[in-house]
Amino acid sequence: MPRRDDLKKILLVGSGPIVIGQAAEFDYSGAQACKVLLEEGYEVILVNSNPATIMTDPEFATRTYVEPLVPASVRAIIEKERPDAMLPTLGGQTALNLAMDLTDDGTLEEFGVELIGANREAIMRAEDRELFRQTMADADIRIPWSITVESPAAALEALDAGEASLPAIVRPGFTMGGQGGGIAHTREELEEVVAKGIAASPIGQVLVEESVIGWGEFELELMRDRNDNVVVICSIENLDPMGVHTGDSITIAPSQSLTDEIYQKLRDVALRVIRAVGVETGGSNVQFAVDPETGEIAVIEMNPRVSRSSALASKATGFPIAKMAAKLAVGYALEEIPNDITRATPASFEPTIDYVVTKIPRFAFEKFPGADQTLSTYMQSVGEIMAIGRTFRQSFAKGLESRELDREVEVPGDDSVLLEQVETPTADRIDLVMAGFARGITVDEMASRTEINPWFLNELRELALEGDGAGDAERIYASVDTCAAEFEAKTPYFYSSREAGGSLPADEIDRGERESVVILGAGPNRIGQGIEFDYCCVHAAMTVREAGLDAVMVNCNPETVSTDYDTSNRLYFEPLSLEHVLSVCERESPVGVIVQFGGQTPLKLAEGLLENGVPILGTPYEAIERAEDRGKFGELTARLGIRHPAYGSAMSADEAIEVAGEVGFPLLVRPSFVLGGRAMEICYSREDLVRYLELNVKASPEHPLLIDRFLENAIEVDVDALSDGEATRLGGVMQHVEEAGVHSGDSACVLPPMSIGEEMMGEIEAATAAIAEELGVIGLINIQYAIADGELFVIEANPRASRTVPFVSKATGVPLAKLATRLMLGGRVDELDLPAPNGGHVSVKEAVLPFSRFSGADSLLGPEMKSTGEVIGIGPDFPTAFGKAQKAAGAGLPSEGTVFISVTDTDKPAATQLAARFHDLGFDVVATEGTAKAISGMGIPVETIRKLGAGSPNVVDLIEEERCALVINTPTGSGARTDGYEIRSASIRRGIPCVTTMTGASAAVRAISAEREGSGEVCSLQELHAA
Amino acid sequence: MSSREGKPGFLILEDGNFFEGTLLGDGGTLGEVVFNTAMTGYQEAVTDPSYAGQIITFTYPMVGNYGVSAEAMESGRAHAVGVVMREAVDRADAADAEMGWLEWLEQHGVSALTGVNTRVLVRHVREFGAMRGGIFPSEVEREEALEVVRSSPGMEGRDLASSVGPAEPIELEGDGAHVVALDTGIKSSIVSQLADRGCRLSLLPPGSPASAVVERDPDLVFLANGPGDPAAVEQVVGTVRDLVGKFPVVGICLGHQLLCRAVGLETFKLRYGHRGSNHPVKDLETGVIEITSQNHGFAVCAPDGSRTIDEDRPVSWDTAYGPAVLSHVNLYDRTIEGLRLPEARAMTVQHHPEAGPGPHDARHLFDRFLELAA
Repeated sequence: MPRRDDLKKILLVGSGPIVIGQAAEFDYSGAQACKVLLEEGYEVILVNSNPATIMTDPEFATRTYVEPLVPASVRAIIEKERPDAMLPTLGGQTALNLAMDLTDDGTLEEFGVELIGANREAIMRAEDRELFRQTMADADIRIPWSITVESPAAALEALDAGEASLPAIVRPGFTMGGQGGGIAHTREELEEVVAKGIAASPIGQVLVEESVIGWGEFELELMRDRNDNVVVICSIENLDPMGVHTGDSITIAPSQSLTDEIYQKLRDVALRVIRAVGVETGGSNVQFAVDPETGEIAVIEMNPRVSRSSALASKATGFPIAKMAAKLAVGYALEEIPNDITRATPASFEPTIDYVVTKIPRFAFEKFPGADQTLSTYMQSVGEIMAIGRTFRQSFAKGLESRELDREVEVPGDDSVLLEQVETPTADRIDLVMAGFARGITVDEMASRTEINPWFLNELRELALEGDGAGDAERIYASVDTCAAEFEAKTPYFYSSREAGGSLPADEIDRGERESVVILGAGPNRIGQGIEFDYCCVHAAMTVREAGLDAVMVNCNPETVSTDYDTSNRLYFEPLSLEHVLSVCERESPVGVIVQFGGQTPLKLAEGLLENGVPILGTPYEAIERAEDRGKFGELTARLGIRHPAYGSAMSADEAIEVAGEVGFPLLVRPSFVLGGRAMEICYSREDLVRYLELNVKASPEHPLLIDRFLENAIEVDVDALSDGEATRLGGVMQHVEEAGVHSGDSACVLPPMSIGEEMMGEIEAATAAIAEELGVIGLINIQYAIADGELFVIEANPRASRTVPFVSKATGVPLAKLATRLMLGGRVDELDLPAPNGGHVSVKEAVLPFSRFSGADSLLGPEMKSTGEVIGIGPDFPTAFGKAQKAAGAGLPSEGTVFISVTDTDKPAATQLAARFHDLGFDVVATEGTAKAISGMGIPVETIRKLGAGSPNVVDLIEEERCALVINTPTGSGARTDGYEIRSASIRRGIPCVTTMTGASAAVRAISAEREGSGEVCSLQELHAA
Repeated sequence: MSSREGKPGFLILEDGNFFEGTLLGDGGTLGEVVFNTAMTGYQEAVTDPSYAGQIITFTYPMVGNYGVSAEAMESGRAHAVGVVMREAVDRADAADAEMGWLEWLEQHGVSALTGVNTRVLVRHVREFGAMRGGIFPSEVEREEALEVVRSSPGMEGRDLASSVGPAEPIELEGDGAHVVALDTGIKSSIVSQLADRGCRLSLLPPGSPASAVVERDPDLVFLANGPGDPAAVEQVVGTVRDLVGKFPVVGICLGHQLLCRAVGLETFKLRYGHRGSNHPVKDLETGVIEITSQNHGFAVCAPDGSRTIDEDRPVSWDTAYGPAVLSHVNLYDRTIEGLRLPEARAMTVQHHPEAGPGPHDARHLFDRFLELAA
């Protein structure tokens, strides 16, 4: 059946902000779907609240709505746009849940919107644990025993009745990445984990199931079309056995250890699963556990949609699952679609590969002191890398290199300690295993401790002892072609391999004659270096191609749009190490390399590239160094007459304490050359500093410590600007909603700024131009300022793309990264035709934080960045935009109920005013003693509640019992586990919005009142920037 | 390669191109160099009699991962003469393994060249076709090796089928339909698919006369898979001709080609053949697409001599045995994958519905086969 002509307008739903378990892969799949649907001649209506996505670039859809992904907003869009169909299978769990909500509340029926790609029944059969169990039982498919419970007591009853046994796995219904689930080994743990899971599940339901811990874990990625033809795109084997969430597991494609017999059995079962669930068309994923002893197969779960694994499978095989899923959803059959890569053969086949793919997750536990670092059945990794090699060892060695770890893994000196440590799955386990092998530990010993399949352990041991086996073989580039070279393919998608010789040329790069520009990507997503940088790299590739040059991408992150082989003229899927990048440059002889878009990753390589004679495009490397070096930068600002807070740097702990005396407290301390404020802290006293020095960083001459005076109660401002070295234009000026001291990546910010006068704006513009031109910036620069007591201070300057570039581009309609690329290619600022700033709307960026993922970590904002993603809210005024941003970030503000307020003494006057406004809005106010006294002193009715430890009911009981709708709690300083820690943890557990700064609180109260009066109107980016 | 030491060696093709690697065994092996794109099933492939006289290049780079076992034998011995691999893995300790892959190859006298850039070799064979080649230790001069390769027989016109079948009839008991096979190298998986359906089986030497079949009064005549050029076994084709129309006849792979020749269709040599586990085959009568296991170097032409079929429907051709309906087509290259002769109660497929190795999508065809016997 060919293309459906009865559909004209299709609503596509994105996945919203980057959170753990739902990341950049959905921008990749969504962007592909948008492209396909537009090419097919459909009008595409897109909704996604994440500004840092390629899919929300205006040219990717007919109408783009950056609105919160909540039923009310999407309903408003449906009402306005009247789409014929909604495609919910490419926006992760978020889109699927929205489709369910809009089906259940009758919206889709009311407006005649057809759900395509999946229907309600199929979604329910896959997602509702009980229905899934029933569906599998009906199809005679073995799954682990399981029971669905809605209370911890019910779980314990089942245990007593023998319907359940321990250890058991707890999975909440309708959540992504297994959030809120866990493993219970004891009765007590069962009670605890079930309670946590019920709280995390939007339907208050958890599945308690048989533990198959230690079994091998496998996944198959499948596609089904309208004619019921099903193909397997890729098999994936988890190196970590069952018990570790697949997102947190090291995974290998294709499966390595399965015989043909067992593999084909898995395939048979997978086909039966997809048919039983009844997925209409598109991609699905089935997870299996296989008992290594008996070969017994059990189905763990299935996703009736494009997933993280399918993005990986697409990159691993070259088969673009999302693109195909979009085509299947609008009526095509697999056999009617040509294989994107061979062109000559149809998509109704199963890719076969002639290499080995390794995926390794990237964790961020170092960002969350106190968090339990054990890997479990809920996902905790923040990013991943993929590596391609011709052999397992080559692939794995590249994978380890691609991770770009910030720190060395601590390996215990004692074998018995090491062996004890590898028994628990952790982020560092693989490094410990490798270290153990290097030290002579046997495969048998390692296998008995880790339960990792000896096949992998044997290979890892060889890798540890003998290297990747390539010896001095020649490095060549081979292409990814879906068919193991059976058919000719001209895919521009390459990986390096070291190969033995022969009479025929092995290298498959056909570079052609056109000049090329190499763009270095950002590597694995991590906190502080996320999808924003990939966004910039993709824009660079687009611009380089528009300029008539070949765009060459080097990156190793499988989740991204940059590693879609359609994005660049040639994609090298390689580690971002000097060796690999130089090798690419040797093959490409590019006119230059772009290093300013991929965050710190390419910047770290810039010096080595220069030393090897590879030209860097845009801002010279010296400028980057000058901006990073406090001394040199201080001289520069001094010469320009721009103020900066007192600062110093220290090469040792002793020196740090000495410098601190000169700079004065409070101060901000951090290591140099970091992104995302890693190990950055505000110290209010000498004691704080001593503790910091003990806990965190070894200051050394190579890695000096930066010490800055911290300006209290300042307004922080972020500026992104374009410069050609002689002329400079502001791209956007953002005012932080939180006070200085909260990392800019975690702070909500507003554009245009709310409380900065014209004169100060002029001062900012002049200072920005002066700094950019003095540094000789060609491309982008980001400068952070603080305004304290009416004076402008420069905090730091980064002559590269910043995290806020996509936000500014969406807010203003000016594609900063594209324009910066034009400057790097020789364009002038005057030629850019920059539009006049559009003053008709306000945009707010809000950070999305992962605290709920890390049990034991404090959810306090500070100078170290902790957010994984961001959302945008656009509205006619600040409160509306702020309210939308909060809603989009998943912390929707309440419209009524009880607000709990507990603040530090200095915040008490402001808290009183705040309480008054909440009271006027009809909220009940509850406060702890001190705060309550201040509030009641102003004649506002307030209920006093006990502090923690002062008996029951106390504040935590209030939150745990969900008797309050909003928590406002400003911290009294970090360190020991304070009341604040408990309050914030409880809020996160209960999903109650928790504001930790007074400016944030004041924005919140204004947003609540704006929401009351608001019209609920939605406006697309295309309409917004039409002027 | 983990534990077994090798020595430098090379593969040389008849066109003079060579590929360096590590040789396990003595080398000096000659055969037609073909490639197989399946990612699993190496032992099944090497023991599949259809690979007789061939050197198999595995496109999947890690070969031997799960060792070898008795269950994976597709016949009593190895038939491929050599294997070329990117990286041989010797893992006797794998869960179901009875022996390591390299030890097994050695025991079965199969030459193995590993560490080869198999991708370059595959790209070359894809372009220039399957051709004669040989595996040699590095001590042998390339010129000398080339001479030996060029003086070896090619695959076209070669009767290998006669040499891989049984010398004496083999009888296997069963309560169901009596299936009499001309055993040109039948795979164990085919035997077990028939046995699983209760068939009583007689496996006859491929050169058996039609009378040997007739006297067994079969419910179904089965034409097996096998190696070599179908055009070189005219004697068997003659036997088939005597049986078509008299008994229901089904054929797989070589058997399909033999039946087609028997009813007057020609066969031709594919450039590099179909060998793998991922070929899409469309059943033109149901519209269903099955992912199939394939292993053949020759294929059947349409009556007008065309090698590919553009039409996407079950076209019908006249034969002396009534209409031959095109039942299956390969979606990779649109070559003929299956025919049905309703009047003669015959049907054949070019691919391997028994799998072993490969997907099970087409296994139901055995039920269709046996419907003819009813």
